[in-house]
Amino acid sequence: MVMTGAEIVIRCLQEEKVDYLFGYPGGAVLYIYDELFKQDKVRHVLVRHEQAAIHAADGYARSTEKVGVALVTSGPGATNAVTGIATAFCDSIPMVVISGQVPSAAIGQDAFQEVDTVGITRPCVKHNFLVRDVRDIAPTIKKAFYLARTGRPGPVLVDIPKDITAQKCEFEYPQTVSIRSYSPVVKGHQGQIKKALQLLLEARRPMIYAGGGVVLGDAADKLTALVRKLGFPCTNTLMGLGGYPATDPQFVGMLGMHGNYEANMGMHYCDVLLAVGARFDDRVIGSPDHFASEPRKIIHIDIDPSSISKRVKVDVPIVGDVAEVLGELLAQLEATSQRPDQESLGSWWKQIDEWRRRDCLKFTQGEGLIKPQYVIQKLWEVTSGEAFVTSDVGQHQMWAAQYYKFDKPRRWVNSGGLGTMGFGLPAAMGVQLAHPGSPVACVTGEGSIQMNIQELSTCKQFRLPIKVILLNNGYLGMVRQWQELFHGNRYSESYMDALPDFPKLAAAYGHVGIRVDKPGDVEGALREAFKQKNDLVFLDFQVDATENVYPMVQGGKGLTDMILSAEDL
Amino acid sequence: MGKIRQASDPSTALDAHWLRGLLAIQNKTIMRHVISLLIENEAGALSRVSGLFSARGYNIESLTVAPTEDASLSRMTIVTSGSDDVVEQITKQLNKLVEVVKVVDLSESAHIERELMLVKVRATGKDREEMKRMADIFRGRIIDVTDTSYVIELTGNQAKLDSFVGAIDAGLILETVRSGICGVGRGDRVLKV
Repeated sequence: MVMTGAEIVIRCLQEEKVDYLFGYPGGAVLYIYDELFKQDKVRHVLVRHEQAAIHAADGYARSTEKVGVALVTSGPGATNAVTGIATAFCDSIPMVVISGQVPSAAIGQDAFQEVDTVGITRPCVKHNFLVRDVRDIAPTIKKAFYLARTGRPGPVLVDIPKDITAQKCEFEYPQTVSIRSYSPVVKGHQGQIKKALQLLLEARRPMIYAGGGVVLGDAADKLTALVRKLGFPCTNTLMGLGGYPATDPQFVGMLGMHGNYEANMGMHYCDVLLAVGARFDDRVIGSPDHFASEPRKIIHIDIDPSSISKRVKVDVPIVGDVAEVLGELLAQLEATSQRPDQESLGSWWKQIDEWRRRDCLKFTQGEGLIKPQYVIQKLWEVTSGEAFVTSDVGQHQMWAAQYYKFDKPRRWVNSGGLGTMGFGLPAAMGVQLAHPGSPVACVTGEGSIQMNIQELSTCKQFRLPIKVILLNNGYLGMVRQWQELFHGNRYSESYMDALPDFPKLAAAYGHVGIRVDKPGDVEGALREAFKQKNDLVFLDFQVDATENVYPMVQGGKGLTDMILSAEDL
Repeated sequence: MGKIRQASDPSTALDAHWLRGLLAIQNKTIMRHVISLLIENEAGALSRVSGLFSARGYNIESLTVAPTEDASLSRMTIVTSGSDDVVEQITKQLNKLVEVVKVVDLSESAHIERELMLVKVRATGKDREEMKRMADIFRGRIIDVTDTSYVIELTGNQAKLDSFVGAIDAGLILETVRSGICGVGRGDRVLKV
């Protein structure tokens, strides 16, 4: 059937079973929007800023097993999308972004709303394409979805000049795709898996360290089964939270810069480390030299060969899909009668429990100011740990990660790699659309929320009953914390003067806004908010401005070098 | 009075030999590597490779690229330098690029390197004969002649071209153009799809 390029774009999205398309119209994508208008299978979500379209598609993808899809126009539409694309790239989120481009003949002429989108996005996409022929649209979109979701996932951008969307050709959606230069390894090497199992069985002080790859690779069940079968302690990275149930006794908490004492100590002093879908980044292991100072054997399972031995030398590398490899490990474990030495494992657990008794996340909620940690703890209680929680970036993000105990994968949605402020609210929109009827909370700060607050308007239009949990301390809290600890209390530009009246602002957008400033009101306000199934409720918690995130490992220091509380300073 | 540099002289901290020694202790000896790869012959493919090197702070000493006998593929030779860890990352990162079909580190075993150089030299009076003789010694060819100049074409490995440039009078060189290294494995080592 002969169709225009624009019709083909929409048909391709339908073929890929795209239910939500996040976007913003403009000159170069007018033909595509015209075709969108004529159908009702792909529902378009009109955001208020292109960055939010990408974050919403991102939140949609993170909370489901599907590819997020966004559509933006040329020039500023594409440049506004860049932060969102980079965010998705840093956290390996499967996403397809379609951008309009000026007509083919105008490319390179400094045309109105022209930028080299493929050039600008090249370093922050898994791959990108400029479509030069209408006949290439369908095969290119097919490839884009395939690349986005296979191997190490990531965003793929397809740039389509306006004239191409108006030209016509025969449409046929390719059933298969093959790219000779691209063939990600799925199955792990049998011999390596055998070696890994042997190491694990001989371990005296084992630790299992699981990252975002477990969540993205849908391997949480297999990881949980393996950890339980072995009886080993397990820690998650910020990106991996929910990959192992946080309320399980074998879970030692998140590790890293703001990780639990027992997790960081265990990570450092273990003799065999199994790393699964994680990449030993600077926020996780601190100084690589310090980390390497303690001898241990490392097994590393990852889909991306370039993640292996990048920052830390690995003894047993296993390249493959984490679910696939963990499945094989489990099968081999079941096939053997050998089990880890229970006596040494027992004394290792004794050591871990001793570290645990430090109770590094303790805090006291008095009568006076609301402690931010208390709000998150209550949020967890009120939602029975079942909510989807998105966050922005800063202190509130760390508190949410520390105090909300995620038992299931894909419930925790945050910008870990890039650390993008302004991510939380638009991401929550994508999550809420993907999970209508489920409780969705956006934990944010008064700095971050203002970076995409215009999306309150989108939330109104699409009736998204998100609960915004604002931990308002009047400071760019994480910046303030670093300035307090490392810059002699000189709070350079970290004070957010002239803040708006957030409840009134929420009301102006047509939502419910509530200010909470007494500890005794926290739980009630949360319960009230989550009772309102149809409305967005914006809770402005006035929290203790002096509170810092602990434990803390200073940048560049070793994992065991933790500041546990203000008394340690 | 002779200059004796004290051990405490802070400038020694920037001494290249000192630094090389330190890196050698850490098993991070910087070595030259010749990486050869096949990549889809598509618009933008070259910038993906060059962008990767600049974004990750890898060195490029030279880079040559041209289509192969199969017009859908380009062959690229990159001369880089780095410790073993860095070069391992370079090959992994190159392999990760969707358009890259195959990557080999030629310097891991026996291989041949060749570079083409064109040198335009002043050739008048007694220099004219001298230039001709030097070109002959280095098995170069004079491919352009005017009353006052020659263009000499020379092929060889980097060291040979360097020594030719060193052997002729620097004042007579008008310009030099070098292609960068092309490399191929010896014998049965073949880089093919």
